[in-house]
Amino acid sequence: MFDKLAMYFQYPFVRYALIVGALIALCSSLLGVTLVLKRFSFIGDGLAHVAFGAMAVAAVIGLTDDMPFTLAVTIICAALLLGVGRKTKIKGDAAIAMISVGALALGYLLMNIFSTSANLSGDVCSSLFGSTSILTLTRTEVWLCFGLSIAVLAVFVIFYNKIFAITFDEDFARATGIKSDVYNLVIAVTVAVVITLAMNLVGSLLISALVIFPAISAMRVFKSFKSVTICSAILSVSCAILGIIISILWGTPVGSTIVGVDIVVFLAFCGFGLIKKER
Amino acid sequence: MVGGIRLAQLECRNLCLGYDSKVIVNDLNFSVDAGDYLCIVGENGSGKSTLMRTILGLQSAISGKVIRGDGVLKNDIGYLPQQTVVQRDFPASVGEIVLSGFQGKCGLRPFYKKEEKELAREKLSKMGIAELEKKCYRELSGGQQQRVLLARALCATKKILLLDEPAAGLDPKVTAEMYELINSLNKDDGITIIMITHDISQAMCYASHILHIGKENFFGSKEDYLNSKFGKIFNADEVGKKEEEQKGV
Repeated sequence: MFDKLAMYFQYPFVRYALIVGALIALCSSLLGVTLVLKRFSFIGDGLAHVAFGAMAVAAVIGLTDDMPFTLAVTIICAALLLGVGRKTKIKGDAAIAMISVGALALGYLLMNIFSTSANLSGDVCSSLFGSTSILTLTRTEVWLCFGLSIAVLAVFVIFYNKIFAITFDEDFARATGIKSDVYNLVIAVTVAVVITLAMNLVGSLLISALVIFPAISAMRVFKSFKSVTICSAILSVSCAILGIIISILWGTPVGSTIVGVDIVVFLAFCGFGLIKKER
Repeated sequence: MVGGIRLAQLECRNLCLGYDSKVIVNDLNFSVDAGDYLCIVGENGSGKSTLMRTILGLQSAISGKVIRGDGVLKNDIGYLPQQTVVQRDFPASVGEIVLSGFQGKCGLRPFYKKEEKELAREKLSKMGIAELEKKCYRELSGGQQQRVLLARALCATKKILLLDEPAAGLDPKVTAEMYELINSLNKDDGITIIMITHDISQAMCYASHILHIGKENFFGSKEDYLNSKFGKIFNADEVGKKEEEQKGV
């Protein structure tokens, strides 16, 4: 088995997949703790669908490079959901569900009407599940992802205490003079950037799982914000790497395998949390 | 000192409160001086919390003004909000929460100073919960959680403390301790207290001023309140309650 792994590691695409997988897992798990606690667990899924819809629109308009357009649309939606959400009439989960389903439906509709591709359902499927795209990354994409992860990490460390304050009690934070709108916007932009890029690389199904699972697993066992964040980052990265290795060895789909590993770890942590409580 | 007249710490002038264009509280006028203990009373839905949110700048008034004076800056106000659903299962240690009270003073500085960590510990001992610093917030009792949030509010201010029903959901013994604690902050540390409460008999016990909001507003000292028509209703209620209690026994 190790021979087989060593053999695979000689291929650059396998190494790229591992690096990018680990980095995306790291970024999404850091944001995940805040998102889960703010009751925005599904924002990963919602924004990925928005990105999908935006890509469809970009394709229909005939934009050759759809990335800037997609990113802009996703950032606006993220800002609407996270930042301004407080003032709107439709709140939290309903707003996410509405935007997510709406964007997905419209995107698919547009692709269906104006499509030039022969394999439409294949295209749709790969953007939702990521198919094998994580194994077909180019060098540029790996560098892009690397730079982005550093940026997300830096934002997270610099604003860590502020993120904690507005996540725990936004009213108190605002009342004592923290510009929570600004920080909510920072979180929204970071989330949107991570999700848009990650969706191209690993698919929208996986990105949701990466946001949710490590955070809730860590919350079963750990009790301070710092330990939950650190544990969730470590869990996320190790699950991603383990999942990619398993999928390479046994030829299973990458995204689903990583989610599978995440589920097993979550169950283990649930059990551990229960034992800890009883003692 | 402005023009020889000392400004109140907080003054509300012709304040109209409400949501969208629906007015809840009309033409409210009152002022709070340093060291006052103001209780805001009124029925459910009369706009007590809305008033507090307006004072804190969390929502804007329909018309009228909230004026801060006497050297009180925006981030000089401490706030003890009612607990939210999010907080009940939030994984955070007591230390982390209390420290977050300093955030408003941090500006863009990303981390806490050593003095702030010291001060946070000091506030915890003041609340009598120094030993809980490393404990998980969600595993504490209701009374302990309120003390943690009070310690956080004290990190944010030395001057004014706004409290939104600090005794909600606490049992009678813990409630009494909580009010004692708040009273000592007012009397011993000279912190101005503005508190929403349902418990009028408690308000009568500690407060220096009463603000009654509803269809008609009343603002004045406790003595004036007792002699007003609102106070008379309260006295009648109190008599009724005592009779009930005696029957119960």
